Amino acid sequence: MSAPRPPSVLSAARAVLYKELTLERRAPQTLTAMALFCASAFVIFHFALGRDEVEGALASGVLWVTLALAALLGIGRSFVADREEGGLDGFLLAPAPRTALLIAKATTLLIFLLTVGVFASLLFSVLLLGPTPNGSQWASLALLILLADLGIALVGTLIAGIAIQTRARDLITSILALPLLIPLLIAVTKASEPLLSVGGGTLAWRWLALLGLYDLIFGLLAYALFDYLVED
Amino acid sequence: MPSGTLAVKVGGPMASTEPAVVCSGLVRRYGERRALDGIDLTLQQGQTLVVFGPNGAGKTTLLRVLSTLLRPSEGDASLLGSDLRKEGWKVRSQIGFLGHQSLCYGDLTARENLRYHARLHGIGDAAARIEAVLEQTQLSGRGDERVFGYSRGMLQRLAICRAVLHEPQVLLLDEPRSNLDPAAIEQVEPLIGAAVGRTRVIASHDPAGGLAEADLVLGLRNGAATLLAPAAQVTTEQIAELYR
Repeated sequence: MSAPRPPSVLSAARAVLYKELTLERRAPQTLTAMALFCASAFVIFHFALGRDEVEGALASGVLWVTLALAALLGIGRSFVADREEGGLDGFLLAPAPRTALLIAKATTLLIFLLTVGVFASLLFSVLLLGPTPNGSQWASLALLILLADLGIALVGTLIAGIAIQTRARDLITSILALPLLIPLLIAVTKASEPLLSVGGGTLAWRWLALLGLYDLIFGLLAYALFDYLVED
Repeated sequence: MPSGTLAVKVGGPMASTEPAVVCSGLVRRYGERRALDGIDLTLQQGQTLVVFGPNGAGKTTLLRVLSTLLRPSEGDASLLGSDLRKEGWKVRSQIGFLGHQSLCYGDLTARENLRYHARLHGIGDAAARIEAVLEQTQLSGRGDERVFGYSRGMLQRLAICRAVLHEPQVLLLDEPRSNLDPAAIEQVEPLIGAAVGRTRVIASHDPAGGLAEADLVLGLRNGAATLLAPAAQVTTEQIAELYR
């Protein structure tokens, strides 16, 4: 055997990402729970609001509150297998850069969020949404989902990294994640509102820019802090 | 015997000038409780330190500090010349750690788990090494089964495969033969036994077996070292005394 050399960030991140996706494929728990939650929430909203259709600000609020709460499920599950089976220790014992874990975990969460985002948007348009968005509005909504999910994935991985070191993990996830996600949720609901209105509308670029800035700030914060969070 | 003031150096055929493990006034706290309370020891390369002590004495904490999973709260600890507080990253590739958990994922197969750890350790041509350790531990035939169906003994053998996969210089082994039947103990001997020539720190509850493979013996009680001596000078009665 040739002498081992510490793996690069990307090589280690690929290993962790492959492992994460294999685990979810073998025992699909996180995606199933998130998708089921979204479907249930839409049905509840349908009866609670007493309407067959929603549009504009209400539609935007219903969609993003549902997606944000579904994201909490994904964030909470992010390190479950690592905690229960000692996998985090396995990673920390290796000479792999800690940033690789951040990249892999955030990418995994992003993949889950995007999958659920697409599923939930389509379901929402069938079950609750009044106006039918046109092609460019769907494209704008897809861009919003991508930017919002990127921010949620970064913040979520950061919070999950903090939570795994504590005993009140499930509580910490909700307590810390929701307040940190408020700016993102304000921006994305405001940006989505015209896209889900009767008569349609265009994307407000200032909200899009705010989402991009949010992602950048929390990307840098996560990069700077993650090593210290996961190590003793 | 006062704790934290003992330092014994044991020479041997494998010894080199640089000690493998040096602890000086090592303290590890969990909140207010001192899980390790001023440990001083020096272990030369190629030698075996066996740590005895009742449950909660600090054996596992000592291994976790030496593995870089925990930082010392006070004092110093170094492994192969690297300060574990500041330069833990330097020596991780040289540490093989076997704890109470297998550190393997139940929904992955044994081969997938080992491939994952091989990639994290940057082992380029891992396939042959993986097959060799699986063959050695008689897990080769069931290497494509998911690990959650393994018995405790099989899981322990897989954990040993993982710990030695990257051929580390230092083995940190927490009760390595627990859950293993006599045949399995023989199978893992070439991987973790004394003949391998690696520096070993072993936590054990087996006075006779532990003493037989030790160069140096450390006895812990409530985190403090109450016994630290070359194995040749220690009797099983002294070790039994630690548990009373």
